[in-house]
Amino acid sequence: MEHKFLVEVDQERCKGCSLCIDACPTNVLGFSKGFNAKGYHPAEVQALDDCIGCGFCYQMCPDVCIEVKALAKQ
Amino acid sequence: MAEKVMVKGTEAIAEAALRAGCRLYYGYPITPQSELTEYMARRMPEIDGTFLQAESEVAAVNMIYGAACTGKRVMTSTSSPGFSLMQEGISYIAGAELPSVFVNVVRGGPGLGDIQPAQGDYFQATKGGGHGDYKLIVYGPESLQEAVELTGKSFDVADKYRTPVLILADGMLGQMMEPVSFPDFVDEKELPDHSDWAMTGTKMERDAHRVTSFNIDPYGLEEMNKRYQARYKEIIKNEKMYEEYMLEDADVVIVAYGTIGRIAKSVAKMAREKGVKAGVFRPITLWPFPYEELAKYNDQAKLFFTVEMSAGQMIEDVKLSVNGKKPVGFYGRMGGVVPTPGEIFAKLMELV
Amino acid sequence: MAYIDRFKGPHALSGKEFTYCPGCHHGIVHRLVAEVIDELGIEGKTMMVAPVGCAVFSYEFFNVDGTVAAHGRAPAVATGMKRATPEKTVFTYQGDGDLAAIGTAEIVHAANRGEKITTIFINNAIYGMTGGQMAPTSLLGMKTTTSPYGRRADREGHPIHVSEVLKELDGVAYLSRTKVNTPQDVIKTKKAIKKAFLAQEKGIGFGIVEVLSTCPTNWGLTPVESNKWLEENMTKEYPLGVFVDKVGDGK
Repeated sequence: MEHKFLVEVDQERCKGCSLCIDACPTNVLGFSKGFNAKGYHPAEVQALDDCIGCGFCYQMCPDVCIEVKALAKQ
Repeated sequence: MAEKVMVKGTEAIAEAALRAGCRLYYGYPITPQSELTEYMARRMPEIDGTFLQAESEVAAVNMIYGAACTGKRVMTSTSSPGFSLMQEGISYIAGAELPSVFVNVVRGGPGLGDIQPAQGDYFQATKGGGHGDYKLIVYGPESLQEAVELTGKSFDVADKYRTPVLILADGMLGQMMEPVSFPDFVDEKELPDHSDWAMTGTKMERDAHRVTSFNIDPYGLEEMNKRYQARYKEIIKNEKMYEEYMLEDADVVIVAYGTIGRIAKSVAKMAREKGVKAGVFRPITLWPFPYEELAKYNDQAKLFFTVEMSAGQMIEDVKLSVNGKKPVGFYGRMGGVVPTPGEIFAKLMELV
Repeated sequence: MAYIDRFKGPHALSGKEFTYCPGCHHGIVHRLVAEVIDELGIEGKTMMVAPVGCAVFSYEFFNVDGTVAAHGRAPAVATGMKRATPEKTVFTYQGDGDLAAIGTAEIVHAANRGEKITTIFINNAIYGMTGGQMAPTSLLGMKTTTSPYGRRADREGHPIHVSEVLKELDGVAYLSRTKVNTPQDVIKTKKAIKKAFLAQEKGIGFGIVEVLSTCPTNWGLTPVESNKWLEENMTKEYPLGVFVDKVGDGK
C-alpha cells in the first residue's frame, strides 16, 4: 500500500528542537531513541500513514531538515 | 593579606574598579569582555552605583565624557571594534582634560576579526587612535593580580593628571581565571577633589566652570595644547613602569608585554636550559614607553627579540630604543592566535 | 510509485548547516527569505548585508553575494551598495541589538530616504550572540544578564517599538510586524517578506518586516516553551499587523 505522503527527515542535520513534533497535527513525528553525530535525539517519522501533507513540520523546522512529498496523481 | 578569590579577568578588573571608588559605568556588550559589563550590572546597584548599558560604544564614551565632567570616577570597557568607535570621544576627553578609565580587551582584527586574544591595537592605544596631539596612559597587565593593581592605579593617575587612562588587556587575560586578592574599598572621603574645575553647579557662589576641548582662536588652542604637552612630559618623567627578568647577564633581551610578557619568561627559561642567556624586558606602561630603561641594555645585549600577537607594532618602539645599535628580531602571530612557548623558542633559536 | 516534491528547501539556501541554536527562529526566517528569492527569480541579482549578532554568519547560508557590516551599520552599507548598483536587489538581515540599539540612526535614515532596500528585522528581545544581555526591545521585568533585577522603565526605559517609530517616515513603502511561532504565522510571514522585497523590486521604497522571534538559549526555555512565551508576552507588547503597504496586490 503506497503512502499518500512521504516525510523525510535529515537526521544528521536535525538538532532535536522538537518544533516539528509539536507542530504536526496528526502525530506523525517523534523523537528517535538513538543519537545523531551532533549528540541530539533527532526527529523521526513514526506514523507515516497519518500524514496529511500539510507541511507544518517543514514550515516550523529551523534547519531545513524536512522534505514532504506527495504521491503523483496517475 | 586579604583573602584570595578565584575570579575571571574581566570580573577582576570590574571589582577592582569598584574598590577604587568607581561608581559610574556605562558600556556595551562585546566579546570577549561582556562579563565586565554584566558584572557591573549586577554589582553597581549593590553599592549604590550607576550602571547603564548604552545603545552603542559611541554613546557610551560620550556618557563617560558627561560623567567625568562632574569630577567623579568613571569607567567603561570594550573590545577592539568598540574601542575604535570610542576614538572621537577619547580625543574629546583628552582635550577637555577629563579623568577617566578605559579597558580594551583586545581581540583579533582588523575589522570584525574574531573573538580570540590579540595585541593588534598597540598603535591605536599608544600612538593616537583619535585625532589630535594627545596621549593615553596605557597599562599592559600580565596577570589578573597585576590587572587588579593597575586598575586601582589607573584611577589614581587619571585623577592626578586629569587625563584618560587605558588598561590594554587581551582576550586571554579577560577570559582566564586566577586567584586574586582585592584591596579594600577606598574611602569616598579620600577620593580626589575636583571642585576647582568640575561641573557641579555654581550654586550662585562661583564663576561658571567651562569644560571644553574647543577654542576658536588658534593661539588659544595652542596654549591649551602646550598645557597638555607639559602634562605628558610630567607623566613620562614619573609614571614609567616595567619589569626586568633575568637581564643582569642577558645576551638576548626578549621584549614583550601583557600575557605574552608572561609567556616570554617561560621562553627565557627554556633558552637558558639550552645555554642561551636570555632575559625579558616587560614594559608595563606601554605609554609612556620605557625607552631609556630598555636602551640601558644596548651595549650588553647581542640581540633584542620582540614577541607580539600582531604583525609587529611595539617593535617600532623597541627599535627606537635600540637605535640601530643591535639587531632586533621578531616573532608575531596574528588573527587571534596565541603562540606557545615552544613556537617562540623555536624562532629565538633560529635567530641566535 | 512516483512522488512529487510538495515542501522542499529553496535553492537560494547554500545548504550549509545553520550555526543557530536548536529551535532558533533565525533558521525559519532564513528559509522564508530564500523561498521568496526563489519565487521572485532574483537569486542571481540579490546581495545581502549581514549584521553583527547571531546572524553574523548568515551570508554563508545564502547563495547570494554577501558582506557583513559593522554593528548596526547594515542599512548604510546597503544604501551604498544599492545606489552603486541600483539594478541589484539588496537586503539587510538584522537583530534587535544591531537595528534598534547601535543602528537606530542608520535604520531611521535609510527608511526616511526611502532607500530601495529590504530589511528583515529579527526581534527576540535579547542579545543572543554575546550571551543574553538586555536589548532595547526586552520586555519590562525581563531578567537578562545586564538587567539582572528585571528591566524597569524608570531605569532602562520602555521596550522600543521599532515598527511604530518607522511607520511615521514617508520613505517607508512596506512595513509590517509578524511572528513565526506557529506554522500559520510562518506562512503569513513569508507573504510579508515577499511584499517587503516587492517594495524594492517595483521601485516604490523601503521595505521592512519586524519578525517577533524566540531565543530559547538565552530565554532559558525549550523551543516549544519559547514559542508559547512569545505568544503570551511578546504579542501583547508588540501588536502584529501591517503598518504601511504601498505595494498593494501587484505581483
